Order: sequence, then C-alpha cells, then structure tokens
Amino acid sequence: MELRSKVPAGPLAEQWERHRSEIKLVNPANKLKHRILVVGSGLAGASAAASLAELGYNVACFCFQDSARRAHSIAAQGGINAAKNYQNDGDSVFRLFYDTVKGGDFRAREANVYRLAQISVNIIDQCVAQGVPFAREYGGLLANRSFGGVQVSRTFYARGQTGQQLLLGAYQALSRQIALGKVTMYPRSEMLDLVVVDGRARGIIVRDLVNGRVSAHVGDAVVLATGGYSNVFYLSTNAKGCNVTAIWRAHKRGAAFANPCFTQIHPTCIPVAGHHQAKLTLMSESLRNDGRIWVPRRKGDTRSPNEIPDDERDYYLERLYPSYGNLAPRDIASRRAKEVCDEGRGVGPGGHGVYLDFRDAIARLGREVIAERYGNLFEMYQRITAENPFEVPMRIYPAPHYTMGGLWVDYNLMTTIDGLYAIGEANFSDHGANRLGASALMQGLADGYFILPYTMGDYLAQGTLDKLDPAHPAFRRTQAEVSDRVDKLVAAGGRKSVDAFHRELGRLMWDQCGMSRTAAGLRQARDRICALREEFWRDVYVGGTGEDFNQALEHAGRVADFLEFAELMCHDALHREESCGCHFREEYQTPEGEAKRDDARFGYVAAWEFAGVGVAPVLHQEPLEFAAVHPAQRSYK
Amino acid sequence: MKLTLHVWRQAGPTPPGRFVRYDMTDVSPDMSFLEMLDVLNQQLIARREEPIAFDHDCREGICGACGMVINGRPHGPQRATTACQLHMRAFPDGAELWIEPWRAKAFPLIKDLVVDRGAFDRIVQAGGFITARTGSAPEANSIPVPKWDADLAMDAAACIGCGACVAACPNASAMLFVAAKVSHLGLLPQGQPERSTRVVNLVAQMDAEGFGACTNHGECMAACPKEISIDFIARLNRDYIKGALSRRPSARGDGAES
Repeated sequence: MELRSKVPAGPLAEQWERHRSEIKLVNPANKLKHRILVVGSGLAGASAAASLAELGYNVACFCFQDSARRAHSIAAQGGINAAKNYQNDGDSVFRLFYDTVKGGDFRAREANVYRLAQISVNIIDQCVAQGVPFAREYGGLLANRSFGGVQVSRTFYARGQTGQQLLLGAYQALSRQIALGKVTMYPRSEMLDLVVVDGRARGIIVRDLVNGRVSAHVGDAVVLATGGYSNVFYLSTNAKGCNVTAIWRAHKRGAAFANPCFTQIHPTCIPVAGHHQAKLTLMSESLRNDGRIWVPRRKGDTRSPNEIPDDERDYYLERLYPSYGNLAPRDIASRRAKEVCDEGRGVGPGGHGVYLDFRDAIARLGREVIAERYGNLFEMYQRITAENPFEVPMRIYPAPHYTMGGLWVDYNLMTTIDGLYAIGEANFSDHGANRLGASALMQGLADGYFILPYTMGDYLAQGTLDKLDPAHPAFRRTQAEVSDRVDKLVAAGGRKSVDAFHRELGRLMWDQCGMSRTAAGLRQARDRICALREEFWRDVYVGGTGEDFNQALEHAGRVADFLEFAELMCHDALHREESCGCHFREEYQTPEGEAKRDDARFGYVAAWEFAGVGVAPVLHQEPLEFAAVHPAQRSYK
Repeated sequence: MKLTLHVWRQAGPTPPGRFVRYDMTDVSPDMSFLEMLDVLNQQLIARREEPIAFDHDCREGICGACGMVINGRPHGPQRATTACQLHMRAFPDGAELWIEPWRAKAFPLIKDLVVDRGAFDRIVQAGGFITARTGSAPEANSIPVPKWDADLAMDAAACIGCGACVAACPNASAMLFVAAKVSHLGLLPQGQPERSTRVVNLVAQMDAEGFGACTNHGECMAACPKEISIDFIARLNRDYIKGALSRRPSARGDGAES
C-alpha cells in the first residue's frame, strides 16, 4: 500500500485553482454513461449525489433511514463557518485555515484545510440560493455568531437547527434530481460490503431493511458518505443508527483507516440520568457564548447552585484560559470538566456534571434576548431534565460526539482503493486531532458540493472501465459472504442480547479509550475486546428472521463491526505515544496538564492497513509538512 | 412507576394486527418514552419474544423518524414534543397507555409501529425545492431578506416531516406538511420564480398520494411537535388559487418551460 497525497505543487493559496484547471474533465456525453453509487444521504452524501447528477452522471443513493432527509447531519445545532468577514472583524481565508489547523493540533493536511477555507464562502452562497433561512440582521443581511476556539464571528446559523436547514437544502436539491430521473434513491437500505474488481471499487452489496433482500449494485465509482463512529462508545450524541459498518467493510477490502483514535468528546451534553440511558443529547456549543461554566470551589458542596455565592464558585475555564475563557476549544473544555469532576467537585447525580450558568447573561442582556438566542435549546433541556435554565444553571458533561478519524483519502478524496471515495465525517482529512465547532457542516458540504464533483471526473476520464453486471464472480462471491454473515447472526442462539454487548463495549471504550488514555488501560481494553468479540459470536441472541424487518438484526451487524473496529482504535491510541488534540495520553502532558505533542516522532497521519481480524494492522505514515503554519504548542490562555 | 401498555402488533402489511398487553414495573420517570420501549424490548428478547418494531434515530426530536399515537394523540400528551423527547414523568404512576402506529391510507404499515412515509418524499420531489444548481449561486448578501420574512420562513422550515399532522387529522390530510414547505420557500425572494408552479405541483402530488382534504379541524397544529401554525395553510390556499389561475406551463426542474 502506498500513500500518495497528490497535493498539487505551488503556493498553498493557488493549489486548488491550479489543480482544478489541470485535472481531466469528462465529456458531457460520456458523463451520461457513468453510474456512481453514493452511500449515505447526509450533508456530504446528499450534496454530492445532487451535484454529480446535475453534471449528468447517473447516481444511485443509499441510506438506512426511511428518508434521505433524516440523516444525522440534521441534528447539528450551532452553525456553519465561512470566511466571509461580514462582521469586519479581521476574518480571512487564511485565518479560518489557521484556526482549523491550530484547532486540530497540527495533525491535519495543510492543503486540504486551506481548500476548505477557500470553499467555505461558496457554500454560504449556495445554501442561501437554495432557500436556507439563515438568521438575518434587521437590514436583511446575514447574521453571524462566534464559536469555540476562535476570536472572530464567522458562524452562520438558522436558530439552533442549522444542520436541519442545510440538510433540507441538500435533500431538496437531491429530490429535484430524483424527480428528473438522474438519481435513484434507495431508502431503508444498508450497505454491507464493498465489491472490488481488479483493484477498483466497482460496487456494493446492500440489504433491504424492509424485506431483508440482499442485492448487488454495480457502479463506476463508489462514494462513502456514511458519517462517523462515535457509537462505538454506545452512549454518544450520534443517532442510534450511526455506525462504522460501511467504512469498516471498505477497510477490510483494502482502504486504509487513518487516525481512528482521534475522537471528539463534546463538552456540552446533558449528563447521564440513569442506567436505562440509550443516547446522550448535545446542547449546542453556542451556549458557551453567553453561559459561564463553573463548579463549587469546595468538594462535595451539595447546596443548590443559586445558594452558592460567587466567591465560592470556580469558573475554571475563565481562570485557566483568561483570553478564551468559556470559549476554549472542545477538547480542552471537556478534559477540564472531567478533571474537576474527578476531583470530586462535579455536580448533579453521581457528580458527573458541571454548571453552565446564564444568570449573568440574563442580567446583562435580558431574558428576551437570551430566549431569542437559545429558546429552543432551553426548552429541549427542560423537556429532558425537568429543570428550567432561566431559573437554575444547566448541568452539562462531555460526551462522544464526532470522529476526526476515518478512511484515509488523498487530495481528490479518493481512498487507497481506486474509485472509492470517502467524504464528510467518514474521511479523516481536515480536522486533525480535534475539530472546531461549526466546521463539520462546512466540511461535509465542501466535499459534496464543490470538491468531489470535480475530482471524480479526473478518475473517470483516465481509463476505460469494463462493463460489469451482478453476475460477475466478484459480486456473487461478496454477496454470498454477506448473506452467510446475516444467516449466521440470525442463527446465533446464545443468551445475551445485542444491546448488552454494545453497552459493554461502549463502557470499556469510554473508560479506556475516551477522554484520557494510558498504555496499560489500552492494552487491557484490547484484550477485553478480543474476548468480547468471541463471546459475541458464541453467545449473542438476535431472533426473528433475515427475510423481514428486523431491527435487532440490523443492530447485531453493526455491533459485530464495532467489535472489530474498536480493537483498531485502541491499537492506534496505544501506538501514538504523545498527546494531541482529543487524544490525551496521561503519560504525555505538560506540567499544566495540557497535551504534549511529539512532532518529531508523531508528526504524521497514521494510516492502517487491515491484516485480518485479531491480527495487528500494518502502519503506513503520511508525514505532515507545515509550510504556512509553524506548529507550536496550542495556547488558549 | 408501573404501567399497563397496549401495543399494536402487526407482523406486516397484510396480516391483521391487534393490541397486545404488556405490564411494566420499575419504570423510571426520567426515562424517555422510547427508552421505556427499549426496556420492554429487552424484556421481550429475554423471553424469546419478538421485540416491538418502531422507527427512531436521533432521539433529539429533530430527525422526524419516531412517531406513534399514544392514547389517541400523535407523539403523546406533551405540547411540542416528539415521542423520543417525551419523558415518563408526563404520565401518572399506574397509567394505561394505548400505543398505535400512524394510521393513514397514504402511510402503509410496514410492521408494528413502523409505517412507510415515502409519500412525503415524493411530494418534495414534485417541486418542494428551489432550482439552484451547484455553483450558480450569487453572493449570499446580494439579496437582502427582511428579518421578518426570514424568521417566518424558518418557522415553516422547522417541519421535521414526521407525519404527526397526518395522523392527527380526521381526514388524514397532509396540508400542514405541504403548507410548511410551500411557505418556507414562498416567503423567500429566492423562491419567487417557481412559487406558482411549486404550489400547484405539490398539491397535485399530495392528492395523488391519497391524502385527504383539509376541513380546518386544526388537529394538525395541536399535534405538531414543532408547533407549525395553520396560518401557513391559509397562505398555501392563497398561493394555490393565485398559482392555479396564473399558472404558466412548466416542466419541473431542468430545461426550459415546456
């Protein structure tokens, strides 16, 4: 396996422009002959499918939800970044680029990030044209707000539902292409394997979740826009259906998996209420603009928050990071919250919580302004906890939220398998070891609207692809393997439910491969995962049949893949003997408890090649070179 | 808490369904409604019975996947709340709950509480968009949008496509869903060129899908988890009359007027 990043030569600011003028184009008549398979219909998938279809390609788009509109991008609350500099506060493409590289703790590829910052401005134009109802000023121009980890206001938003509105824009563009017959949509369809013929991705095997039918789909290229894998922790802010299956199966077929241990724990989520908990709910990071985070100074202080006077409160982020305060980046805010809770100063049931207090903002701006900014978030909080944030401070605690790791891709977003692309959260490319707020939506749409539609042409124009049909031996073989695995799961007659295995895996990953990690803990976790995986295949009970709508079976397949993937995650975390961004190894920290990077040894992307289940994967390194930004210790003090 | 549940069980579209009674103990008031069903399903699995099928995904009240009628009310008794955000503290200890799927001809049943809402997708495909191909957009601030219009458009755009409006309507009408899409796009300057054809095409598709007509009961608004107002239905009716009278022949999407 060879990692060729294909970053164009020349100055950073000119690379994308030059690349676009140099890559090959597909003649319009030939576009009509190509069929592209897009898996996933979130921001990245829907925007890519719609844009490719607009260009003339025939597209088939698959999603496991009952409608393309329900992909988990819809749950993004806070906003989308763009270097428009509408606020005249000194923002620029370079600054967005710089903030993203620094925020990612110098573990992202410079060229990709610079391109992302350049494209960010086009995304806003495109979304406004589609009718996305962004927040506006009284003069009718677009409004902005600020977000964690930066000092300018560059975030565009639609109340607390930005992801929903952007997704509906992309979904509507996709719907238009469906009506025109350029996209065939397959809802309630789950990709269960990738078909590789002569080293090229040529199709996928899909299970219809309503009737259980397993079928093969042939294409000239395959695009995975299947999101992240935070559900490896069981409890996360991801939708229940989010999973690693598509990218994991692609990995098993030869796609390198990059930086799997870079997983983001979001600082502002509603704390766990009990053992019945099935998922965690995020409270938008934008709340940190006006909310102040604190815990009692004294351990075990059980007074109600409003009875604790100011001098007995510890506004620890403001104390530790005077210049960024409550807007410190996510990784830092999360780690510090864990720290104060571990000290015994946490609040709420079990002591796993810190306060996010709006008292001062309400006094300064008035209840109405706060209600307008965060009304729907406050309501959501109250529905879940039965507490009113206008009266008592919110309680928050970190939760798994986003995965920076994903399939390794080159500058064209192609994986190490020819013709297989990964876009959005499913790839690794832009966020390094930590993603800044409001950057996921930006990346998903940049990949889908403005990058992939160009770069895919370069691949398709280069060679002739054989005409294939599902009767080809590679398709039949892969389809048979998928069917066998489904049958094996259904036939498993053990005693433990799928959910029980998932919970156990999640607990293990949260404890040993979550917010802070140690070599001993990771080794222990790796051994336990192997044992748990064996136990799963021996002792799981699924029930029902494979020829039916069977949600336990869907879940079983996903958990089986998580049980293989989790081992890779621990392996990666163990090998990376440094702390950077969200990857915090307790052995490697500064005296102030900040992450201590080791650029000399680990200034690279770790891309892993699959070598077998339970077999140590093979490491490939893509060295990271920084021409425009000099790697320094991140400081938000 | 203790609960008595009567859950609609139906193996598929054709075999007849029936209510099955389940008694539950030790329900925490802090559980969400779906977490309560998760617990029940774990108990069913432990007894080697088939778990209850129900749609759900984000569990944050935004994806629109979940939806069930609880004691006669879509998404249950709490105002502006999806089933996934409904918590058991909304019910008294010892409550008896009847749980059913959405019932509408245009939403055929798949299994238990799961229905096929593909009709909503087909309505959007009929014209619930602004034609703006990627790359062709002007500078975002070149067209100011009055804040009032943008806010109202956002009120309509908040629709999550769950189908509660249809389930609540005695006619199983999809007027609130269609009105929300027509209003969202029709309120914005970017949506004006296709405003007339859009409304006519959307209504035609709604009728073709077998949804009923609106007779102003207002049940849809009461059930809507996003509190979308029936004022938008008035707006739809106005746009529809205007659109039907002034309609220029047009194809959907690409190409010239035909």
